[in-house]
Amino acid sequence: MISTNEIKIDRDKGDFHYETNYAFDAGIGLNEEVVKYISEVKNEDEWILDFRLKALSTFLRKPLPTHWGSKDLESIDFDVIRYYLSKGQKPSRSWDEVPDDVKNTFDRLGIPEQERKFLAGVEAQFDSEAAYSRMKKSLEEKGVLFVGPNEGLKDHPDIFKKWFGKVIPSSDNKFSALNSAVFSGGSFIYVPPGLKLEQPLQAYFRINAENFGQFERTLIIADEGSEITYMEGCTAPKFETATLHSAVVELVALKGSKIQYITVQNWSNNVFNLVTKRALAEEDAEVRWIDCNIGSRLTMKYPGVILKGRRARGEVLSIALANDGQHQDTGAKMVHAASETTSNVISKSISIGKGRSTYRGLIQMPGHLNHCRNNTECDALLINNNSHTDTYPAITVKGDHNSVQHEASVSKVSAEQIFYLKQRGLSESEAMSMCVNGFVNDLIREFPMEYSVELKRLIELEMEGSVG
Amino acid sequence: MNSLHIDNLSASVEGKPILNNLSLDLPKGEVHAIMGPNGSGKSTLSKVLSGHPSYEVTSGSAMLDDKEIIGLDPDVISRLGLFLAFQYPVEIPGVSIANFIRAALKSRLTDEKSFKAVDFYKDLYGKMDELGINRKFTSRSLNDGFSGGEKKRCEILQMMMLNPKYCILDETDSGLDIDALRVVSAGVNKMRGSSRGILVITHYQRLLEYIVPNKVHVMWDGRIVRSGDKTLALELEEKGYDWIKDEIAA
Ligand SMILES: Nc1ncnc2c1ncn2[C@@H]1O[C@H](COP(=O)(O)OP(=O)(O)OP(=O)(O)O)[C@@H](O)[C@H]1O
Ligand SMILES: [Mg+2]
Repeated sequence: MISTNEIKIDRDKGDFHYETNYAFDAGIGLNEEVVKYISEVKNEDEWILDFRLKALSTFLRKPLPTHWGSKDLESIDFDVIRYYLSKGQKPSRSWDEVPDDVKNTFDRLGIPEQERKFLAGVEAQFDSEAAYSRMKKSLEEKGVLFVGPNEGLKDHPDIFKKWFGKVIPSSDNKFSALNSAVFSGGSFIYVPPGLKLEQPLQAYFRINAENFGQFERTLIIADEGSEITYMEGCTAPKFETATLHSAVVELVALKGSKIQYITVQNWSNNVFNLVTKRALAEEDAEVRWIDCNIGSRLTMKYPGVILKGRRARGEVLSIALANDGQHQDTGAKMVHAASETTSNVISKSISIGKGRSTYRGLIQMPGHLNHCRNNTECDALLINNNSHTDTYPAITVKGDHNSVQHEASVSKVSAEQIFYLKQRGLSESEAMSMCVNGFVNDLIREFPMEYSVELKRLIELEMEGSVG
Repeated sequence: MNSLHIDNLSASVEGKPILNNLSLDLPKGEVHAIMGPNGSGKSTLSKVLSGHPSYEVTSGSAMLDDKEIIGLDPDVISRLGLFLAFQYPVEIPGVSIANFIRAALKSRLTDEKSFKAVDFYKDLYGKMDELGINRKFTSRSLNDGFSGGEKKRCEILQMMMLNPKYCILDETDSGLDIDALRVVSAGVNKMRGSSRGILVITHYQRLLEYIVPNKVHVMWDGRIVRSGDKTLALELEEKGYDWIKDEIAA
């Protein structure tokens, strides 16, 4: 099959950055003044500043999640990070109005072309703020909202305030607290009842500055019977020092609605990627997380679904690729809170060289519920001997009428497989990516075509880099 | 010139010598057969020629149309035109036959754009029909869960699609049923011609009734100890290998 909608984001060319003059810079380090500065620049209402300050004290109080996190977390120095950088731009509605240095960046990454191709709307975030944001007029007229948090909370409080910080409270973990204190940029989306978006909305996150922390905030509300697919993509250049990406993503799927949230991240090697993602699914609603984690120094991310209404359905399909020097600590949380709810978790990890992949799963099914089902599959693929993979499933199931199925496998790419493929003319890296693509193939088939094509290309790039 | 020319080749694996000053000349346009007892080094020869990294060549050379292939990477040798139909084809889960063959063909193109998907499928389906492989197989994972005979047919399918200059068929007949043997042999015979040399490794003279060789070589302890015409295969079938052993000893 040849896709006509191939995404042409040149992520291999993500390793560049332009000198940029920032009009607003919160300086280095984190304290109340920084939080107040951010709130002031954004001209926020009082309640948001309070929300931020409360979150800040939670952040300062909370220990790092050492009980299951990686030791590497300790090497994050919160005092040398810059928490807010912006050119003071309002998101442009026209590509021509985007400042040149920012435009150059996204042009090189291919953002404007793909918008024309198949997206219903695009937002491009450069460091702390969106530089460009546009949605098809027809959707605007139908009442779809696709705005930043600032605009969302200020102009549409009746819709967004109710759910903001409710699916993931600030105090959920240290990094959700951090995000709640300094959040900036991201997408707030509302889809009115019964409206089914045929084309996806997309956000693109770009870190351009060194020693910088990106803290975007996403809240998607799918009203009753509506459907939406949202995609986010991320890159950063290869800096010498650590950079932090710590997002909070909340999804609210009201009765009978469907949300599909797709992430294809390709962070460079020194990004700490610590993201909290959770959805609430009401009666007959469906939430599907598709999460592809390539790159970063350490990713900790466990998308979850709270299955709150009867017959709600939650799904996490994830692919993690850990190359030398990387640790992908990913997984899924499924909290069954109503009867007849079902969840499905399929996780595939690839560990190359000294790369490390960890799977953590949490499945909760209280005893008073009936006819809940979970299926969990974790497959790991190891390339080269010193690879490392761990699986930590935590399953709490009570009640006789519930069922859980768990399968895990570990396999290796063998020298004989590589030889066989090379004997047919494929280079070492082509042979490797063929094995890796084969390993994830049955999962990728579940993805929308555009993303599967792009993901395969990303895997090929990654394999090229890993073969000496 | 225009041959696969192996000269005094010695190779070992894990320090243990397997090939022992082996010489053989396979000119284009000819089919040669190699027979020999289990463990005599037939598969080792095919792997060494293909550049398998586990085998160390200790001396000698192998020239493919005047180009030394010893020391080259397997993929380079493959693209120079050497194809090996494996005795034990390897399973690659999740990779479909069609995608695999397509990638192998593309690796030979200098200009990727000249690849035409429509022509590719036409060609692929035509050859599958010839080999009696169900078209549904194109989407199956490469060798994954294939029966022994299906794997062998798939090897020949790849060979026919890739159009190599030299082919080594390592016991392709083992595991084939009688009908498959006929079909596969017909496929191989179709590939015979002045632009191609074929080396058939087999234990059974029956195959050589279908694919009639120009020469038969007997391999023993890592070298060619005897060469003759197709009657040599008959002689071996009749007498076994003991008489050769006696002759070598003498
Ligand atoms: N990778 C390897 N490691 C260790 N020993 C090997 C290896 N490859 C081959 N050998 C040994 O080399 C010898 C020759 O093996 P080879 O497979 O070439 O024989 P063959 O002639 O093809 O036998 P058969 O007719 O059974 O296929 C055998 O003793 C075998 O055990
Ligand atoms: Mg053999």
